[in-house]
Amino acid sequence: MFLLGIASILLMFLDHRENHLESVRHALSVVVYPIRLAVDAPSRALSWGTESLSSRGRLLEESRRLRQERLQFLARLQRMEALQAENGRLRALLDSAPRLADRVLVANILSVDLDPFQHRFVIDKGGSDDVYVGQAMLDAGGIVGQVTRVEPFTSEAILISDPGHATPVEVNRNGLRSIAVGAGDSSRVNLPFLPNNADIEVGDLLVSSGLGGAFPSGYPVARVVEVERIPGEPFANVTAQPTGALNREREVLLVWNQPAVGPSDTAAGPTQPGAEPPAAEPPAEEPQPAGPADGGDQ
Amino acid sequence: MRGRTKIWPVLLALLVALSLEVAPLPAAVDILRPPWMALTLIFWSMRQPGRFGVGVAWIMGLVLDVLTGSMLGQHALMLALSTYLTITFYQRLRIFPIWQQTLAVTGIISLYTLIGFLIDGMTSDLDGGALRLMPIISALIVWPPLYWLSDRLITPLMRD
Repeated sequence: MFLLGIASILLMFLDHRENHLESVRHALSVVVYPIRLAVDAPSRALSWGTESLSSRGRLLEESRRLRQERLQFLARLQRMEALQAENGRLRALLDSAPRLADRVLVANILSVDLDPFQHRFVIDKGGSDDVYVGQAMLDAGGIVGQVTRVEPFTSEAILISDPGHATPVEVNRNGLRSIAVGAGDSSRVNLPFLPNNADIEVGDLLVSSGLGGAFPSGYPVARVVEVERIPGEPFANVTAQPTGALNREREVLLVWNQPAVGPSDTAAGPTQPGAEPPAAEPPAEEPQPAGPADGGDQ
Repeated sequence: MRGRTKIWPVLLALLVALSLEVAPLPAAVDILRPPWMALTLIFWSMRQPGRFGVGVAWIMGLVLDVLTGSMLGQHALMLALSTYLTITFYQRLRIFPIWQQTLAVTGIISLYTLIGFLIDGMTSDLDGGALRLMPIISALIVWPPLYWLSDRLITPLMRD
């Protein structure tokens, strides 16, 4: 007993502080995988059952609604392409690299309950699908969380509402940056670091700022539902409600936003010629030191 | 006699306990989830202390750690300790009337839960407070039926 106690304390230390035990965990996770699937099976069967038993009328209704939505989205997408091209040109003028298109993959949430006091769950994609630690997860409404541990066939993920998770955000209206910290409640996050005089109002949309590198920038995270300014306190109490359906969805989108080497190299091509014309114009004389240097390199 | 009883019914019971540890429950009931694995191991180490000892509990704990994503070794320590206590007192536990036995098991489970609480508190941001001690109450409720079920259902299966 004594030896095993020492061994488990040693294991905990190694696992928590050093992350040396990935291989042990991977081996055991393969053993555990069938249990997870078995536990997930009843709810999967239930959802399959409701799907196959739903009435023809409801299916027709749903298909009509989806077709309408698709039409709307396609129309929006047409405008989006024009905007993307324009954005690329403007970024070229500013001499900054254009944003990369994000690669996505749909993952299913296994209905496996982990610690009830932590907002974590298991998804059915793992190392064999190139999932990596820190990868962002979205759903139809916005950012949901990120991957914390990758195993061969499954991964563990943390929600943005976990008290141990912080999301770098900015206010969509004015670009005010802050950090949204989980509150241990899947319907809200807190913004504890905004001063009393910060320009933030109820209804403001918070989008990911892309700082910190974990989340791609520009995706919705939460909407402010309460701003409480207490005179005498240095910070305001700001509460926001996540836009994504945390804890309610069965599916999430995994996003790859690590800068790929190939595309950014080719993107550098159009940037250089684009940077030349403004350098010749008088108003753009200020940032000149960089201009000639670039030209010299070419 | 020890070598003659079959082992697969107990392994099946342990597997079921593992599944119950992570089976989806509504959020309101989730905090009341009894520590199935600990209760099952306490029962079997009380019945057959020579066969289901601290080592088995430790290995099941490692599996449970990977299954629930906790730190490797956390549940192993908790389960090994509760099994150790059971084996120390198994002769007394066996002859206790059921209500007294339930109280004793609840005592062991309290220690199990408190150690888990302590380890979580040392390594992560704690949330939930006293609600984390709810499994002790559910263990109190669940032990008599679990005892009855294991005694009447699984023990006959082990005989030839």
